[in-house]
Amino acid sequence: MLGKLDEITARVRQRSQEYRLKLQVCCGAGCLSSGAGELLEELKRAVAAQGLEGEVGVVPTGCMGPCNQGPLVRVSPDDTMYEKVVAGEAAGLVECHCGRGEEVRAKLLFSGGEGPVCERASEHPFFRLQRRVALENCGVINPESLEDYIAAGGYRALYHALTGMSREEVIAEIKQSGLRGRGGAGYPTGLKWETVYKHVSAEKYVICNGDEGDPGAFMDRGILEGDPHRVLEGMAIAAYAVGARKGYLYVRAEYPLAIKRFELAIKNARAQHLLGSQVLGTEFQFEVEIRVGAGAFVCGEETALIASIEGRRGQPQPRPPYPAERGLWGKPTLINNVETFANIVPILIQGGEWYASIGTPKSAGTKAFALAGKINNTGLIEVPMGTTLRQIIFDIGGGVPDGKRFKAAQTGGPSGGCIPEEHLDVPVDFESVVKLGSIMGSGGLIVMDESSSMVDVARFFMEFCMDESCGKCVPCRVGTKQMYDLLHRICEGRGTESDLALLEELAPMVKETSLCGLGMTAPNPLLSTLRYFREEYLALIPRRAEGASVGPSAHQP
Amino acid sequence: MARQYEMIMRHSRNSSGTAEPPRTDTRYKRIAAAMQKHQCRPDALIEILHKVQDAFGYLPMEAVRFVAREMRVPPSRVYGVATFYHFFSLKPKGKHNCVICTGTACHVRGAQAIVNEIQQQLGLRPGQTTADGKLGVQIARCIGCCGLAPAVVLDDQVLAKVKPGEMVETLRARVGGAR
Repeated sequence: MLGKLDEITARVRQRSQEYRLKLQVCCGAGCLSSGAGELLEELKRAVAAQGLEGEVGVVPTGCMGPCNQGPLVRVSPDDTMYEKVVAGEAAGLVECHCGRGEEVRAKLLFSGGEGPVCERASEHPFFRLQRRVALENCGVINPESLEDYIAAGGYRALYHALTGMSREEVIAEIKQSGLRGRGGAGYPTGLKWETVYKHVSAEKYVICNGDEGDPGAFMDRGILEGDPHRVLEGMAIAAYAVGARKGYLYVRAEYPLAIKRFELAIKNARAQHLLGSQVLGTEFQFEVEIRVGAGAFVCGEETALIASIEGRRGQPQPRPPYPAERGLWGKPTLINNVETFANIVPILIQGGEWYASIGTPKSAGTKAFALAGKINNTGLIEVPMGTTLRQIIFDIGGGVPDGKRFKAAQTGGPSGGCIPEEHLDVPVDFESVVKLGSIMGSGGLIVMDESSSMVDVARFFMEFCMDESCGKCVPCRVGTKQMYDLLHRICEGRGTESDLALLEELAPMVKETSLCGLGMTAPNPLLSTLRYFREEYLALIPRRAEGASVGPSAHQP
Repeated sequence: MARQYEMIMRHSRNSSGTAEPPRTDTRYKRIAAAMQKHQCRPDALIEILHKVQDAFGYLPMEAVRFVAREMRVPPSRVYGVATFYHFFSLKPKGKHNCVICTGTACHVRGAQAIVNEIQQQLGLRPGQTTADGKLGVQIARCIGCCGLAPAVVLDDQVLAKVKPGEMVETLRARVGGAR
């Protein structure tokens, strides 16, 4: 079976060697919505029309990163990237770059922005300061081609695990890597695997949590759309290690492209015996099914997610028992996030020790972040743990646009908090971010400038939690509503100081008494903005400033 | 909502089959085929409701009853699931649908202004549909296109960096063009 993988690799490599140049077109969701699909076709036509078919290849890829500059085109091996290329410009680009060998200066990446122009893609700070492990293939290979994935080294880790490693050895490697759950909680992945492995049961399940519900987060979407086989292979390795034969990907209905590409990945992998019975010619069998969510933020919580897979309302259960002990249909179940699974393959190939050498001692490896909000370079990035927020926002992200002043970075979505300017030099790892009153979360990072009202941000998230509360436990159902009402009153300039005091009394109570993570973290945005931007709250209270308000709210409760 | 619930309950009590859905309707055939594929296992309920919504654009009561009966799931549970998840709608949507993303990135980049402009110019609040059923306006929590904020999904097409005025013009053109 290894021979077959090598054969495919040789074939793909040979084909790509025939090309002098490769035009990679980003076909992530962002670029597609800006017209990457037509661009791809137009580039192919232009290459054919100019008689360059034999020497120039045109291939679609997953997300390359700088989403607001799309549609993006990378020319390899020239290391040149072009931004905002519309279909009408395809012929000119092919003629100029591929035909005459001249760069199209005006279209170079970031040439329309405030920061440095991207002359050589790998030298620009946006890419130079990143370290891509989970996103290694994302934006490089064609996500719809299993052969491309195999040529990039795919399914070797699974083969290696199935034929050369015992289940204990796989788990030991993951433990040694220090990998922690990338969904936000940061639980050590190796320990979780070991717990499921140790529970004796004829049936066990592996679930990949792709219910990326945090508004402002799109890392998992990028991975699922850009490199679905990487996730599938990670799930298969996990299934082998813990002794499961069935896996589920739970993914949001809002991500149709991710669903489509993952379905295709499953189909292609089955056809090549990389899934199904006798995977890669061994005794191991593994099947994967996709379950599409239906729009409930709480389903990111593992017990609610399990309820949803079972076809019920997504309401959480008290833990323990943890899913590792009693999960899907009462059987031991391993649940990891998409990004966690995407990190498994490189760990097995390069070793746990290698992975542990990246990042900080307690938070090993890299983390993907979705940059959004008031930031010049929005998009998908991956950096070693311990990179400072300042580096992420100002060096990679290119700072705040329109000459405005940075105010706060929001991490962790509705469960996180806002980090103000004075803490920008804190290294980003699980513990440090918690100390600042926020959480690392799944990786959404939203930048706010001086024009954003932090009280409005707190109300925005409280409204989100109120709406998304499943209604099972009282502290969350009633508490979020009460806190929202108080925040709304303050925002409208009708608040009093006793409202503030009430908020400060309610928040810790909801935190301590709620059943699941949603309620336990719902007060975080409120508490962190109160901690760092109390003045803004006070300024809205009439006694201090007559008639100030931040306007109506987006949703009519 | 309560009335709809009553309707299902009433049907389940005397399910002698008077309200059989038209067997000739290919949409029901597609739904039945999907249920077959899952062997009518109750855990596939959400998958099946997705199929129903794909077929009809929303969850018509008749189809909800059909699913409950065929899958042998209590109608109350189907109703519970259908109303728990935001993605499912028991009301028909517009012929054209405009979903304004109000995720964090879109929020700080001005999604509210789009909602306001549509409300002022077209008189449509989120969740409402025009009387002629041509245009529905909804809001989404986050569509994951944060790099393009503020984003709007118009008839399954993502529009990036939307400006309120232009959005209203686009909607007018879309509805006008459908005439």
